[in-house]
Amino acid sequence: MTPDRWLVTLLGLGLIGFIVWFFWLKRSTGQRAAETSSGYQEAMILVKGGYTPDTIVVRAGKPVRLNFRREETASCSEKVIFADFNKSADLPTGQLVSVELLPKQPGEFGFACPMGMFRGRLIVE
Amino acid sequence: MTAPGHAARPQVPHAKSAPVAPKAQHIELRVGGMTCPHCPPRVEEALRKVDGVSHVHVSLAEGIAHVSFDPGRAAVADLIRGIRGSGYSAATAKTRIPIANMHCSSCVMRIELGLGMTPGVVKAEASSLTNAVDVEYVPEKTTLAALKSAIERAGYRVAEPRIEPGAEALEPEELAQQQEYALLMRKFWFAAAISVPVMALSYPDLISGLREWMPMGSDTRRAVWALLGVLSLPVLVWSGSQFYTGMWDALKHRAANMHTLIAIGITAAYLYSVVAVAMPELFPRMELAEVFWDVSTVVVALVVLGLALEIKAKGRTSEAIKKLIGLQAKTARVLRDGKEVDLPVEEVVAGDTVIVRPGDKIPVDGELLEGSSAVDESMITGESIPVEKRAGDEVIGSTLNKTGSFKFRATKVGKDTALANIIRMVKDAQGSKAPIQRVVDTVSGYFVPAVMILAILAFIAWYDFGPEPRIVFATIVLVTTLIIACPCALGLATPTSLTVGIGKGAENGILIRSGDALQSSEKLDTVILDKTGTITRGEPALTDVVAPKAQSEDEVLRLAASLERGSEHPLGEAIVKGADARKLALKDAKGFAAIPGHGVSGRIDDHDVLLGNAKLMRDRGIAIENLVPDWERLANEGKTPMFVGIDGKPGGLVAVADTVKPDSKVAIAALKRLGLEVVMLTGDNQRTAKAIAAEVGVDRVLAEVLPEDKAHEVQKLQLEGKAVGMVGDGINDAPALSQADVGFAIGTGTDVAIEASDVTLIKGSLMGVVTAIEISKATMGNVRQNLVGAFGYNVLGIPVAMGLLYPFFGVLLSPLIAAAAMAFSSVTVVTNANRLRFFEPRRLSS
Repeated sequence: MTPDRWLVTLLGLGLIGFIVWFFWLKRSTGQRAAETSSGYQEAMILVKGGYTPDTIVVRAGKPVRLNFRREETASCSEKVIFADFNKSADLPTGQLVSVELLPKQPGEFGFACPMGMFRGRLIVE
Repeated sequence: MTAPGHAARPQVPHAKSAPVAPKAQHIELRVGGMTCPHCPPRVEEALRKVDGVSHVHVSLAEGIAHVSFDPGRAAVADLIRGIRGSGYSAATAKTRIPIANMHCSSCVMRIELGLGMTPGVVKAEASSLTNAVDVEYVPEKTTLAALKSAIERAGYRVAEPRIEPGAEALEPEELAQQQEYALLMRKFWFAAAISVPVMALSYPDLISGLREWMPMGSDTRRAVWALLGVLSLPVLVWSGSQFYTGMWDALKHRAANMHTLIAIGITAAYLYSVVAVAMPELFPRMELAEVFWDVSTVVVALVVLGLALEIKAKGRTSEAIKKLIGLQAKTARVLRDGKEVDLPVEEVVAGDTVIVRPGDKIPVDGELLEGSSAVDESMITGESIPVEKRAGDEVIGSTLNKTGSFKFRATKVGKDTALANIIRMVKDAQGSKAPIQRVVDTVSGYFVPAVMILAILAFIAWYDFGPEPRIVFATIVLVTTLIIACPCALGLATPTSLTVGIGKGAENGILIRSGDALQSSEKLDTVILDKTGTITRGEPALTDVVAPKAQSEDEVLRLAASLERGSEHPLGEAIVKGADARKLALKDAKGFAAIPGHGVSGRIDDHDVLLGNAKLMRDRGIAIENLVPDWERLANEGKTPMFVGIDGKPGGLVAVADTVKPDSKVAIAALKRLGLEVVMLTGDNQRTAKAIAAEVGVDRVLAEVLPEDKAHEVQKLQLEGKAVGMVGDGINDAPALSQADVGFAIGTGTDVAIEASDVTLIKGSLMGVVTAIEISKATMGNVRQNLVGAFGYNVLGIPVAMGLLYPFFGVLLSPLIAAAAMAFSSVTVVTNANRLRFFEPRRLSS
């Protein structure tokens, strides 16, 4: 092996390590939904290239209202699906769309766009 | 106009107002919850207590309070509060109006104040979170237009369109899709136009003339190539902009998608070319200093074209829901204050009297008050024959009135109508996931980073062990691998087919609740049919009349029916209906008497008529021996025969039975043909059950099942290892429906939102079960084709792109071909899903 080959190999493997760490190993801790006077646990979620924040922490047994605002036109994100709750909502660009859920059991529930490219998590405690 | 203090009170154009001296105003308020004669006085008393009220009259029959009041001292809202305080409800309309320019918290108050001063407004609540105001108002007193102008007077703009679930929601979305498509096509044409000269001039060695004009290593070639690089840049920056923004947005969320792959691929190709032109001396040999501008531009052009075609194709997948939304009536002719007014359909409130003329669309759900007509309900139920409607019948909003004029009372409006429920259910179902999708989701979560890793591994392998020029091969392989991978095809495979399949169901009057229900329906091997209301009509009808001697059948029936005319017993009603159907003139019975547990007696046209069981006849000394064989025959057929005695002699028999729906037999045969075991479940005795089962062709019968044991019977079959579908009505059979793997609820008319069911058949026919299973089979088959295609494409394409074939066959994929393959793989998936649009339910004859 010539030195340039060693260099390319090491750089490549380093890059692979970075990809694994960046996409798979690091996870966000999440944001706790605020409780409003009406008894809802509310959170705003921005839809642009992903969900911001993408991890929402709520308490079980209390209704949750997630207010989505989509600020892009990519067709992937035109819908958000809560598969575990059998709920979905259309997200027209620029409009605020509320999704209401009642998490009964603690656990981690994913939400995503129909193609699964955007993902978020609802952590129920 | 927003100045407080002495500003004139805003006047609503439609409302009666008192411009000068305080003059009594009159209003009619609809009061709900008044069930008994002592209710109106309570409401009247409560209203009289309101300051400024001069005269009150509450009518129980109309359910309306007529109130005269001094608008200077009392507002309509006070009256409403008065009614509510007395324990009754006041019918008001609620609406949400979005505001375009609500920026500060003081806006909330100004909007609420502006609306609060409008006559007829009961409550206004604005919220800066939703950027909308929720208004409760009395529809007799104001209109939506008046509310909007009140908001405008307060200095705000109403955002159009209104955020209402249902009707208008899709239109802006469609517009956005069209704009997106047009933009992508512009980007494509630009990229394509640049690609042509870029491609030609990138391979001068292949074209004679060019080869001589710009030989390898010459300054001309370098200059031309540098120019091409400049020319290609706008293709990347503009036509390919969505790849970079998409990659960046995803990276911020530690995610990667198709955009990431394409962006890295085209950038790698571009940067290599920049180095080759700017610093050719870095390369050991001249032929290595090649450019790949064409790769960047052609990939952008092809992938952008693919995206555009995908948008077009995806638009077609939701055609069914667009059709449903298009069914909504726009206006309604309503009686308000005794006058006929045309209103936008959003303003119709429950309790309104709506007038429908021939050819009109029925605007909302309701109950027919007067008049009669034939109504075409095919758009909702899929039933093509118009349905006769008379007073008391239910009418469904968005169906088409054919022949007569009628008035009906609106019962469900806005988002509560059957159509709105159907739209919402279909949308939810289309957005739900089939279990099969979970696998795909797991894969696609790892897919893109995995492809990036594979591309890097391929680069290393080619650089370390590949043939010369290694750096060129390694770069080509890296770019090709990144570009050929198509996460979109994987992601699109299931949802597009589900959208089309569930939409197809809705077109045929079948509401499939979720992807789960669709996938489970396909796997059913046993179908349990509840007898009453499912196989049969669920109400008794006259089936046989036996008249052995002397009397004619019609005479026996006429006497029996005349006797039962006053009866409220369902069997009696069936006899009367049967006589009506034969157009017999019925008389009133004199001396009518019911003999509990035995029958009825009375005198008609100088005849003493008896109707009842054998014991009644024997008690009255009537010899019925001759009729007994016929009685037994009818009883064995599962019918309920009754003796008729005339003037102390045996007159004949009338038999009543729950009759089988006309298409039950055909549907059961079709279910069997689909390979399903059909089981009938009923509370009837064995004899009746067997008779019906034989008539419709069911082999297995579970008779004498108590209603509460139905779910248990379903479970028993499931324990036999069967995937069980249960068909029944949504109310009595709810536990059994939810116990079954798939619950099919037979619904009729407007109660479509049957909770316990996985599938709702709007048209009360068993054929719907057949169609639902056929749709599920077609859709799941389509999903599997898509998944096999998408997985297969990636599983085969990626290794080929990595150069796995090269050591054996010397074949290496061009990045240009990879781009074409990638662009068209996702279009193919969507197009395949669209094939489902041509699904036609089989129309089976016997």
